[in-house]
Amino acid sequence: MAEFTLPANSVVKTGKTWAAPAGATRVKNFRIYRYDPDSGENPRWDTYQIDLDQCGPMVLDALLKIKNEIDPSLTFRRSCREGICGSCSMNIGGTNTLACIKAIDAFDGDVQISPLPHMEVVKDLVPDLTHFYAQYASIKPWMQTQTPAPPDREHLQSPEDRKKLDGLYECILCASCSTSCPSYWWNSDRYLGPAVLLQAYRWVVDSRDEATGDRLDNLEDPFRLYRCHTIMNCTNTCPKGLNPAKAIAELKKKMIERR
Amino acid sequence: MSMLTPFKRASGLGTTNDGVHHWWMQRLTAVALTPLTLWMVFAVAAHAGDDYASVAAWFAQPMTTTLLTLFVFTTFLHAAQGLTVIIEDYLHHEGAKFAALIGMKLVLVLLGVSSTLSILRVAFAG
Ligand code: SF4
Ligand code: FES
Repeated sequence: MAEFTLPANSVVKTGKTWAAPAGATRVKNFRIYRYDPDSGENPRWDTYQIDLDQCGPMVLDALLKIKNEIDPSLTFRRSCREGICGSCSMNIGGTNTLACIKAIDAFDGDVQISPLPHMEVVKDLVPDLTHFYAQYASIKPWMQTQTPAPPDREHLQSPEDRKKLDGLYECILCASCSTSCPSYWWNSDRYLGPAVLLQAYRWVVDSRDEATGDRLDNLEDPFRLYRCHTIMNCTNTCPKGLNPAKAIAELKKKMIERR
Repeated sequence: MSMLTPFKRASGLGTTNDGVHHWWMQRLTAVALTPLTLWMVFAVAAHAGDDYASVAAWFAQPMTTTLLTLFVFTTFLHAAQGLTVIIEDYLHHEGAKFAALIGMKLVLVLLGVSSTLSILRVAFAG
């Protein structure tokens, strides 16, 4: 069966509270999911009280402040801190998003932070994305052509055809969408999920790519593509404002078109 | 311990090269069921309280027989397609999944055939 409850060793306990420094005026509580596989202990919620007057505006600023000044054991991914690398995706206040472009003052009360949902946790806020990347590799995310490019230049594309990639090429593969999708939670062993399907569509509509048929063949499957039940969590959550649900609908249309 | 590479795991047994038909039929039956269900609701409401003889006479009209049979057929086809998806979504034990899929189809065929025969019996035998 699909799992609806946490196994006993995954139940999240209440952890430690790290009090705000004396004299702090604008205090915000950050409740953060902690899990250390080496300790053999259950995961826990630790609370960090942060003085917002001493902290940058974004959730990532708070995480960095905690790691640098309060608790160096807190583990998370980040790199660009400007919403372009996709490393800092996590669940903040119940929604998957990027910590570096999510403002702290978007939250009225406490800020609760946990790893991307329904993924195996490597440590704290770091999920295991191995399978997600392997699924991405399985759609061959590169240009495939029979016709060689002209000797003196690259393959050409008209401005209109280039426009078809808008709303697709911006995807940074942060996995926020896929890990927000119940269908992906229950069936990610075979369902590719919104992020990978959006990428697949990005190559299907690329006017220069010549493997369109093979690409569609590779998706025509009750699980790989058709586990999408138009739940729309993907589009709701995408921190880049993209619409994976629409890309999936376009793939389904192409499937009908070529019957 | 499994030594499969992540790519091997992600590729699984490959694509089944179907799924479009199932998806399309599910949409078509949904579209067909909209007017059929509306007709069904209004028709049944219009005959509420009638005695057996007048309902049987109504069943015997060719249009009624046709629409009733279509309604039953489309309903059970649509139900089978929807239940297939639900079972595939939530039952992850391969054996249990196959048993549930087969059992569900047999039950729906039984219900569909018996409903159709009941309609035809009332329509033709009165
Ligand atoms: S579509 Fe949006 S949420 Fe999904 S991986 Fe791409 S950027 Fe992230
Ligand atoms: S750190 Fe790169 S997207 Fe947030």
